[in-house]
Amino acid sequence: MSAHQALGGRIFTKPFLVLLLIFVVGLVFMVERFSSGMGAVSNLNGGFAWGIWVVFDVVVGTAFACGGYALAFMVYVFNKGQYHPLVRPAVLASLLGYALGGFGAFFDMGRFWQFYEIFIPGNWNFNSVMLEVGLCVAVYIIILALEFAPAVLEKFGMHGLLKSLNKVLFFLIALGVLLPTMHQSSLGSLLIAMGHKVHPLWQVDHMQPVLALISALIMGFSIVIFEASTSAVGFSRKSEASLLAKMRQVIIGLLSTFLIVRLLVLLVQGKLGLIFAADFASLMILLETALFAIPLVILLSPERSSRGSQLLIAAMCMLMAGSLYRFDAFLLTFNPGPGYSYFPSAAEIMITLGVVAFEIMAYLILVKTLPVLHREERAL
Amino acid sequence: MKRRDFLKATLGGTAATLCATSVEARPNLEPAPQAVGMLFDSTLCVGCKACVSKCKEVNDMPPVIDGDKTTWDSARDLSDQTLNVIKVYRDGNATTKDSEVDGYCFEKRSCMHCVDPGCVSVCPCTAMRQDKVTGIVTHHPDVCIGCRNCMVGCPYNVPQFEYNKLFGQIRKCELCNQPGVERINKGQMTGCAEACPTGSTLFGPREALLEEARRRMQLKPGELYRYPMGDITRPYNYHEKIVPTYKQHIWGEKEAGGTSVMHISSVSFDKLGMPPLEERSAASIAESVQHSVYSFMALPALALAGLTYTVRKNTRDHDEGDDQ
Ligand code: SF4
Ligand code: SF4
Repeated sequence: MSAHQALGGRIFTKPFLVLLLIFVVGLVFMVERFSSGMGAVSNLNGGFAWGIWVVFDVVVGTAFACGGYALAFMVYVFNKGQYHPLVRPAVLASLLGYALGGFGAFFDMGRFWQFYEIFIPGNWNFNSVMLEVGLCVAVYIIILALEFAPAVLEKFGMHGLLKSLNKVLFFLIALGVLLPTMHQSSLGSLLIAMGHKVHPLWQVDHMQPVLALISALIMGFSIVIFEASTSAVGFSRKSEASLLAKMRQVIIGLLSTFLIVRLLVLLVQGKLGLIFAADFASLMILLETALFAIPLVILLSPERSSRGSQLLIAAMCMLMAGSLYRFDAFLLTFNPGPGYSYFPSAAEIMITLGVVAFEIMAYLILVKTLPVLHREERAL
Repeated sequence: MKRRDFLKATLGGTAATLCATSVEARPNLEPAPQAVGMLFDSTLCVGCKACVSKCKEVNDMPPVIDGDKTTWDSARDLSDQTLNVIKVYRDGNATTKDSEVDGYCFEKRSCMHCVDPGCVSVCPCTAMRQDKVTGIVTHHPDVCIGCRNCMVGCPYNVPQFEYNKLFGQIRKCELCNQPGVERINKGQMTGCAEACPTGSTLFGPREALLEEARRRMQLKPGELYRYPMGDITRPYNYHEKIVPTYKQHIWGEKEAGGTSVMHISSVSFDKLGMPPLEERSAASIAESVQHSVYSFMALPALALAGLTYTVRKNTRDHDEGDDQ
C-alpha cells in the first residue's frame, strides 16, 4: 500500500476556471507567435535579445522549480527522512516548472523547427555555457519525469514496472541532485560572457555560478515551504510548519553564505561604492539584500520560525530575493549600449502568464487524481 | 550531515571553484596567422554611405528608409537588413568636422571580427565559427537554433535576428566571405572597402593595417599624407589629405583581446558609442570558469559517484525504516 493518496475533489473549481481563462488568452498569442513570428508578439530587439521568456520562464522559472532539488538534497543526501512526505509534491512541482521552462525556451527559440541541432554531438561547442544548460535541463526533465513516475505507476497498479524503477531510483535521485547543481550554476555563468552589458554590481565573473547556485537552493527550499503552507490552507491539510521549521538551519547557512560571498566579491572587485551610488542599480541591490536579510532575521529566531505565518513571509521574501537577483542581472540593470530599450509587450506577458496558469492547473489536476500527497498528513 | 558540515562543504566547494579557476584560466586568444580585416579611419569618412549600399548589394538586402528620407538608405543602426551602417556624431552646433566640441564626425558599425569572439564562444551549436587562417567570423544557419546567445554575447550587438520572419535567421557581416560570395577567398577585398571613395575603409591583413594605424598616430597634424585606398597591400589609388589630430588610440588593438576590424578617430571612442571594454575578453573568463568546473567532465563524474553512493546508502536506511 502506498503512503501517498490522491486528494480527490472537484477539478473545475472557480480558481481553476480563472486559470483556464488566462491560459486560453496566452494560447491565442502562442498561436500568433508560431504563425507570424516572434517580432509580431514581442518587443525583443537587437540589444535585448533575451526578454521575459528567457529570464522569467527559464532563468527564474527553473529556480522556482528547484523544490525537488532542494528536498532531494535534504532527504537523500543528508539522510533526513522526516521530509519524505514532501518529496513527491515537490518533485511534481519541479517537473512542471522545468517542463514549462523547457517549453518557454522552445517558443523563445528563433529557429524552433531545428531545435534538435543542439542534441547532435557533432555540433557541440564545449566552450559554450548555453550548451551545458540546454543539454542538462533536457536530461533533468526526463529524470524528474522518472522520479515522478512511481505516482503514475501506483495509480494504474503497474507493480512490476514500479519494482524495477525502484531498483534504479537511487541513481536517478543522484542524477537529480547533480544535474540541477550543474545547470543552476551555469545559468549564472551565462552572465559572464555578457561582460560589460551586465551591471558591475551583478557582473561578479568567477563567482557567478556560486551565487546562482546558492540562490537557486534558497529558492528551492522556500518554494517547498511556500507550497506546503499554501496547500495546508488551500486543501485544509494539517500544517507542516513543524517539519519545515527544521529546514531552517540549512536555509540560514545558505542565506548567510550568499550575503557574505556577495559582499566579499564586491569588496575584492572594488565595487562596494556602487551600492551607495543612489541610482536605480543601487536601489535594486539594496532591495535584494533586504529581501535576503529579512528571512535571515526571521529564521535566526526559533520563536519566530515556529510560527507558520512568519515562515511564510520568510519564504516569500526568499522567492522574491532570488527572482529579483536574476531579473536585475539579466534585464532590469542590463545595458547593451545606447539606442536600445526593452519592456515586455502585452503578448509576451500573456504568454508567460498562460504558461504559469497551465503549470498550476496541471499541478491541481495531478494532486487530485494521482497519489502525490502523503497519506498520514491528510486531515479527515 | 550536520549543518556545520554542510556549511563547510558549501564553502569548500566555493573555494575549490575559485582555486580551480585561477589555476586553469585561459588567456585571450591570439590573432589568426593570416588574419584579415579592415581599418576604419573616421577622419576620412565623409558620410556618403557608398559602403552601406554596396553591402546591401552584396548581401541582397533592401534599403532601410527612415521617415521621408527616401533619397538614400537611411538606416540608423545595424539590423537584420543592415549589416554595415554609418552613424553620425554631433556636438553643439556641429560645424567642425572631427571636433569633439561643436563638431561632427562619422563612425562605421559592422562586425569587428574579434580576435577572441564572444559570439563564437557562447554558441552552443557551433553555428558561429572563426576561420583558423583568416580569423573571419562566419555564421552557419543550418545548425543554428536561434537561442540568440550570440547577440547578448557580442560586446558590439552585431548579430541581428530576423524577428519579423517566422523562419528567420541570424544576420551579421561575414567580411564578404560567406558561402556564395567568398570575395576574400577569391582574392578580392570587402565590398565596403572597394566602394569607399576616400580610403576611410581600408582592407588588408590585420598586421599591415595595425602598422598603418600606428604610422598615422605618429603623423604631425597639419602635414600632408597620402592615404591608400582599397586594399592596403595593393591600393588602387591614394587620397591626399591634411593630417588631423588623432586620438592616440587604435580601437581593436587590444580591446577584449583585439579585433580584426580596427578604428581610429579624432573623437574619443566612448563618444562614438564604443562599449567600455577591458583588455581581457569576457569569453576567456567564461571559458575559464566553464572548463575548470567541467574539465573532461571529471568533476561531475566524481560528484555523481559520490552522490550515488550516499543516496543508495540513505535510501536503504529509509526503506528499513519504512518496513518497521
Ligand atoms: S563583433 Fe560580435 S559578431 Fe563580430 S566577431 Fe565580435 S563578437 Fe562576433
Ligand atoms: S542564435 Fe544561433 S548562432 Fe547565435 S548562439 Fe544561438 S545557435 Fe549560435
